[in-house]
Amino acid sequence: MAILIDADTRVIVQGMTGRAGTFYTDLAMRYGTECVGGVRPGKGGTTHIGLPVFNTVAEARDATGANASLILVPPHRAADAMIEAIEAGIGVLVCVTERVPVLDMLRVKAALDGSESVLVGPNSQGVLSPGLCKIGVMSTRDATPGPVGVVSRSASLTSEVVAQTSALGLGQSTTIGIGGDPVHGLGFADALRMFRDDADTRAVVLIGEIGGTEEEAAAEYLAGSDYGKPVIALVVGRHAPAERRMGHAGTLAMLGARSAAQKAQKLADAGVLLAEDADAVAPLVKKALAGD
Amino acid sequence: MYIPEYHAKEILARYGVTVPAGGIARSVTEAEDRARALSSERFAVKAQILAGGRGAAGGVVMAPTPSAVGEAAARLLGARLVTAQTGADGETVERVYVEEAVDSAANLYLAFVIDPSAARPMLLGSTRGGVDFERDAQADPSIVNTLHLGHDGAADDAAMSGFLDGLEVPAPARDAVRTLIDATIRAALRNDALFVEINPLILTPDNRAVAVDAKMILDDSALFRHPEFESTAREAVRDDYERIARENDLNFVRLDGNIGVVVNGAGLGLATNDMIADAGGRPANFMDIRTTATSFQIARGVELLLSDPGVKVLLVNVHGGGMTVCDTVAEALNFAYSRSDRKVPVVFRAAGQSADWARSIMKDRRLPHETAPTMRAAAARAVAIASGKGA
Repeated sequence: MAILIDADTRVIVQGMTGRAGTFYTDLAMRYGTECVGGVRPGKGGTTHIGLPVFNTVAEARDATGANASLILVPPHRAADAMIEAIEAGIGVLVCVTERVPVLDMLRVKAALDGSESVLVGPNSQGVLSPGLCKIGVMSTRDATPGPVGVVSRSASLTSEVVAQTSALGLGQSTTIGIGGDPVHGLGFADALRMFRDDADTRAVVLIGEIGGTEEEAAAEYLAGSDYGKPVIALVVGRHAPAERRMGHAGTLAMLGARSAAQKAQKLADAGVLLAEDADAVAPLVKKALAGD
Repeated sequence: MYIPEYHAKEILARYGVTVPAGGIARSVTEAEDRARALSSERFAVKAQILAGGRGAAGGVVMAPTPSAVGEAAARLLGARLVTAQTGADGETVERVYVEEAVDSAANLYLAFVIDPSAARPMLLGSTRGGVDFERDAQADPSIVNTLHLGHDGAADDAAMSGFLDGLEVPAPARDAVRTLIDATIRAALRNDALFVEINPLILTPDNRAVAVDAKMILDDSALFRHPEFESTAREAVRDDYERIARENDLNFVRLDGNIGVVVNGAGLGLATNDMIADAGGRPANFMDIRTTATSFQIARGVELLLSDPGVKVLLVNVHGGGMTVCDTVAEALNFAYSRSDRKVPVVFRAAGQSADWARSIMKDRRLPHETAPTMRAAAARAVAIASGKGA
């Protein structure tokens, strides 16, 4: 059916009364997402675009039974907003905010440790289960329900893969942007695990890029599991110049970050089907599903 | 944001890290005066550039007298220094740092980094500090010891003691090294540093721990709470193109090719440049239009590309969705072309929200363009036009 979010997900929006919050809450409701309220300290008791506004996440949860939150607050308040949602026991947090300070994310990750919450992002386009629920800022124009799970570090390439797979008659179960920041919540390996347990996801597309160690973690997970579903990967940045000016190329290498080609090779060694470029993803998915 | 040596040392010293006495000089006379003011028998003259790898590239000169300091400054100032981290063009030396030379009993390496997968700060340490550290560590990572800190930078005493053992710090110097490490962690956390490197961290014969070279990288996303770094941030962007792009909500990196690239989204940008390279071409830039960019801001990015005589063709690859829709980019092209005498051909590929509308804008405004159905076809056409085989 879908992972993380579905037709029963009840969503609050932290930062709903802002410009972006208003715009995307409205779009989500039009798409059919069950938005049940918003949070904006100081505006509790008012209503905004037809929804009740609360001062705190805990109040919103108690009054609405919300189990997911879309976080659209400015960078300097994003970490506190995430921690507030974690402490209120919200199950799924999607943080779209870009440019959250890295040290703030260390605090957020410490709050996540031992909690039941799942954080997607920050700097994520969000999570979409086509036809069921949208929590995020992505376009839904080309999304259709279907068997393909998508997990990606890139919003733009997710849109491409969604459009391409839909054009070939293959819809998506859930699409997830894990976000472009170095310290973030849900990772590739977590998403792969969830897609494996979802009966309606029959193939998974993973969209990676240079930097970080998400692709390596995904490869390690797949190599050690009997995954049972085809995984198709695109890793971009093969021809990007080595990071300039950064005085820590050697240090990055020590932390395990590899080039796009090395990441792709690790995934291929773990049994993943590699797309040679961004146009090649959907045809490869179709082929993998036909032989399935 | 990269913080060069003199500034990094200034910051570290404020938190209690011992650094050699010294100062910045912009001229030969200033360098000699600096040396005379230091009570030292030997001096180091160090080029200040926004990249590492100086030692191996001749950017650090030892000098026995103030007049020798002047000679060294004369050689370095105005010269272009090419190091393993600057790229082929190198960087012009506008400032040198003159400091007392420090006697060394041991050259250690110390760094504070963020380990993203553990979501904790981490210390790296090695007994093999010095100019060859990066090379040696890549060849043999086992020369580096690591110590994870708490998410708030707290260090466990027993673990820290083990870390100092790994650095082979002799007993009489342990307190000095521990003090330097604690001060470094504090400086990193208070300034939102993602990276602090002290290399070499010198242990002197009289058991002092001195940060002889230091660099820092601060988190650009945290600059809002560090107004004290505003002027540093302005200086850190040396490239006019990248500065103008940044002011207009575009991520822009200049490359050395002849195909100007206009793309929304970092992933799509990387994918587009990969396809250009696969088709045998060379991109002139990497571009990622941020979702908040207006058509006017995108037009500034297009103008940057048009102003580069090396750019022969523009490859526009947009996927409309979220907030950036295709027609915003088409309007931006129209605006930039209406203001520019130079009108290079455009290969236009649009998908997603408003793609049809964008194509009709390109057609109605008579922009010199052709459309392509796929990204691969668009890349191939751009490469053909750039190599003169297009028309």
